[in-house]
This record gives sequence, structure tokens and C-alpha cells, in this order.
Amino acid sequence: MSAEGSLDLRLPIGGLFVTLGIMLAGFGLVTGGNTAMYAKSGGMNINLIWGVVMLITGVIFLVLAKRGAAKG
Amino acid sequence: MDLVPVAQLTAIDYAVMAMYFVFVLGIGFALRRSTKSSSDFFQSGRSLPPWVTGLAFLSANLGAQEVIGMGASGAKYGIATAHFYWIGAIPAMVFVALFMMPFYYGSRARSVPEYLKLRFDEKTRTLNALSFAAMTIFSSGISMYAMGKLFNLLLGWSFDVSVLVSAVIVLAYVFAGGLTSAIYNEVLQFFMIAFGFAPLVFLGLESVGGWAGLTARLTEAAATKGLAPGAYTHAWQGMTNASTNPLGVEWFGLVMGLGFVLSFGYWCTDFLVVQRAMAADSMLAARRTPLIAAVPKMLFPFLVILPGMIALAMTSAAGGIIPAKLAADGSPLLDAAGRVVMDFDLATPMLLIKLFPEGMLGLGLTALLASFMSGMAGNVTAFNTVWTYDIYQSHIKKDGSDAHYLWMGRAATVGGILLSIAAAYVAGAFNNIMEVLQLVFAFVNAPLFATFALGMFWKRATGHGAFWGLASGMSGAMLHHGFTLPNGSVPGIKGGFFGLLHTYPSEMAQTFWTAIVAFSTCVIISVVISLVTQPRPESELKGLVYSLTEKPQDRGLTFFQKPATFAALVLAATVALNLIFL
Repeated sequence: MSAEGSLDLRLPIGGLFVTLGIMLAGFGLVTGGNTAMYAKSGGMNINLIWGVVMLITGVIFLVLAKRGAAKG
Repeated sequence: MDLVPVAQLTAIDYAVMAMYFVFVLGIGFALRRSTKSSSDFFQSGRSLPPWVTGLAFLSANLGAQEVIGMGASGAKYGIATAHFYWIGAIPAMVFVALFMMPFYYGSRARSVPEYLKLRFDEKTRTLNALSFAAMTIFSSGISMYAMGKLFNLLLGWSFDVSVLVSAVIVLAYVFAGGLTSAIYNEVLQFFMIAFGFAPLVFLGLESVGGWAGLTARLTEAAATKGLAPGAYTHAWQGMTNASTNPLGVEWFGLVMGLGFVLSFGYWCTDFLVVQRAMAADSMLAARRTPLIAAVPKMLFPFLVILPGMIALAMTSAAGGIIPAKLAADGSPLLDAAGRVVMDFDLATPMLLIKLFPEGMLGLGLTALLASFMSGMAGNVTAFNTVWTYDIYQSHIKKDGSDAHYLWMGRAATVGGILLSIAAAYVAGAFNNIMEVLQLVFAFVNAPLFATFALGMFWKRATGHGAFWGLASGMSGAMLHHGFTLPNGSVPGIKGGFFGLLHTYPSEMAQTFWTAIVAFSTCVIISVVISLVTQPRPESELKGLVYSLTEKPQDRGLTFFQKPATFAALVLAATVALNLIFL
């Protein structure tokens, strides 16, 4: 019996990144007009930008996990 | 003086943190049902794919001491800190992958001390197992202490609460899913660190005007410290002499002490990292594990050292990112020349707070918390295995059932966590005890690689030779430390407690040369004693010694699938990085 068979690690990584990505990007959208808050990050809405990056990364992990499951 | 927290977290930051812990505990819970035998619990049933064991191999070592400490060294020494990666890790990782993994994995030993038992004898294993077990508890305690202190300073969290909560979370997921759970969470933590620190470096470089702006500002900083203009941004400048580079050590001590003795001793013999490779699903996967780890490892300086350098660039005499160290009365500490002494350990955390708005701040601090906790979990899984197999099974109860050892592994997890908490409080109360212990462990570790190298590559080495070689190597380290001092220190914990024969230009130089002396003593004594004692018959050494073991045949693999090709590419890339930052 293999521990891998019970849980594909790509699932929780993908799940966490998708969740955090949505949270950060959503927060970035809501706070987008707050220039005082984003003065820290040089005027960049880093929550929105990085939230989207994490979301995409998370989706890639989930797709890889799904392909892996389909294969074997 | 009452501490005023440096930053305030908001709901979104706490939500990010909470979500991470939900996934961490969820992994432990999901793995609980598949953890049925002691092999599942201690060795992950030798069933994990190499990308998982590879990232865990890297991540188990990526504790907070590394993230915070490398940032601190980046602020202190500049890009030369990368030597701890490019000289002090990559060559050893390639070596353990190609030459040592066949014995660790192929001998079917369940731990590194157990390999010593198979190759040499019970007493050598016990010496190694006891010192290793004590060291894991001590390191995980130090990690907890550092975390409690840092989060108290940054966020005003109670020391007791942060130590206890993190201990309970680590306990829960290791207890439930054993090594697999620890490894899965280490990989998750690897991605959290990468994604928490990459935007920090990006924003930091933006704010100092890119690499060119960073170089210009650090050239000024070097001038105020009386160093050559490129001292912080060139890794090899001034390495011919200890007095002309920020590290205070010459190239020979660096390459032999750090690059050979210390780094091979750690990456090739420390069960904390080797255990990850031993959990791989095949010999080929085990050999690929350290090589896969080496790729992100060589790039990590950009994630963990650059924040320290950026923080230094943003700090001027008038203040800035890195705060001053405080004297007992709360006033800034000054050095002999009247300059303010900076608290470099705060370089990375302070940069995080300076550049991340709420939301991202939660992500960055979660990455930091993650590194503390996985440092703890790594030590606890190594401890419960060595305790159960190498101490309990071999000295206390030899013929228990598998269920009994599984139970003992879980009990040792609880015990290990409790001892770590105790160690964290000892660290807080008696700073000196921890410094002395750290020194003792440095003596214990220094000669280890000599014993393993002789064991694996010289069939004539005997158990008596190994044991006495180790013991005399440790004593040699202590004698060397006791008779030397770094420049400007008083006799005591820094050395010189037996007398003074030699003064080193820096503490780092002294440390590297202590390692060189320990290694040489261990080799000489092991060889002499082995030659006058009875060797084991060659038939018993098959699979344990290089010349008596069938080499892994990489037939059926294409050129690019062979571990040797992979290793050559890793080494070439490391050389290229050194040339870029020459």
C-alpha cells in the first residue's frame, strides 16, 4: 500500500493556492482605490497582482493532479 | 522596557494564516487512515515520488534559522553569504546523491545510525544515535524559542501562546500521518516560502532601483564600514586574505572547512535530510532526491539573502529598515569605533513589514511561521525514528510487534514535542547553556563525515576504528577550540579556555578550522586503529562498502534521465552563478 495512493500532494497545494489567490485578489479588488495603503508597495496593487499569480499556480497544480489521476 | 509591537495584523492577514493551518491539519487528517504500520509512520512506506522527497529534502533544512539567519548574513556580509549555498551545499548534495545514496537506500537501513550498525557495530551506532537525538530536540527547541520571541516583538503575540499553539499543530499532524505528513507539509511550506518571499524581493528591488541601484547603495555602505567598494556585491572579491573580505576568512579555510568538512558532514550524514531521500519509492528516486533539491537550493540565495542586502541598502546612519541592537538600558549599542551595532536578525522581518500592505503581509508572515513549524516537524520526525529504532528497539525492547513500535513512534512524537518545549524555555532563561550546548554539538558533528566516508569507501575500516576515530575527532575539535580565539574576543565560550596558541581573524575562520582539525584527527585515528584491529569478512560488507557493492546500472535510461547527467548540469550551473557574481 502506498501513501501516495491515499492523497495526491498536488491536490492540497492546488487547493491552498487557489483559495489564497482568490482571497488576495478579491481583497486587492476591494481595496484597489486605497492609494495610502499601497504606498508601501510603491503604488502597486500587489494583493491583486500576486493573488492572480497564486490563483493561476493553484489551477496548474489541480490540472496536473487531475491528469495524474486519469492516467493511473 | 515594554515592547511596542511593530505591526498590526488585520482580518485578511489572520484569514490567510488560518487558511494555511486548515490545509496543514487537513493533510495530517487525510493521511491518518493510510498510516497503518511502523514502516508507513517512520519511512512513508518507501513510496513517495522524487519531486516530493526532493523538495522536502530542501525544505527540512529550510527552517526559520535559515530564512532569518541568511537574511541577517546578507545584511552583514552581502552576496558572499551565497558561499553557504554554492560552496557549502551544492557539491555535497551532488556527492550524497551519486555516491552515498546507493548505500543508505540499498542497505535497507531505516536510519543513518542503523547504517553505522550494519557497517560497523552497535557502539558506533549508539554514540551517533544518542548525540543525534539530543541535537534534534535542542534544534527544535531553539526554533520554537526564536519564533516565540520574533512574533512577540513584531506583533505583540504572547510567547507562551505562540509556542504552545505551534507545538500542538505540529504534534497533531506528525502524530496522525507520521513522516509522510511531515514531508507533505514541508513541500507545502516550500511553496509558501517561495511565493511569500519572491514578491518581497521584487518590491524591494523596485524600491532601491533594481540591481544597479542596490549595487550603488551598497558601495556607499561598504565605504562607511571601511571595506572595498564591491565587498557586498561580489562573492569572491578579497578572498585571498582573511582581512580583505567581509567574512573574515581566506579561500582555503572556506573551501576546506565549509565546503568540504562541514557541508559534507551535514548533507551526507544528517538523518534529518537523508530520511527524506530514504522515503523515496525506488533507488533511482532516492538518488534523484538530493539533485532535485539542489536546483532550488542554488537559487535560494536570491530569495533569502537578497532581502537582507536590500534592507541594508535601505538603512543609513540615520536609521531605516534594520533597527539598532539595544543595550540593557534600552539605548542603542555602539561598537568600539562608536558606530551603531545593527540587529541583523531583524533585517528580513522588518523589510517584510515595510513593503507588504495588509493582505500580502499575512502571506509573508505565514511563510515565516511555516518555516518555523516545518523546522520543528523535521526534527521531531527524525527524533521519533532514531529513538524508536536505534535506541528503544536496539537497547530496551528488541522483539516487540510492529503495532508496538508504531505506538512507540507516536509516544516519542509526544515526548519529543514536550522536550522541545522545555528546551525552548531553557533557551529563554539560560542563554549561556544554549551557547555551550551549541558548541558541544559543533564538536560532535565535525568529524562525522570522516567516519562515513571511511566506512563507505574503505573496506578495511573497523568498528573500533570508527568509534575511537569519532571520539578523538570530537576531542580534537574541543582542544582546537580551547587553544584558539577569534580576534578581539576574551577566553570563554569563544575559545581559549585551555590557553592561547593561535588567534584567528574571525569567528567564522575559527569554526572552519575547528572542523578541519576534527576531520583530520578522525581520519588519522580511524585508519591507525582499523589497521591494528580485526576487519569484518568481506561477505558481510556487501551492499555497505563501495568496492563490494554492485554499481547502480542506469541502463534503459536516456542520457538526460541519468542522475550523473543531472548532477553535471547542477554543478555547471553552480559554477556559472559563481562566475556571474565573481
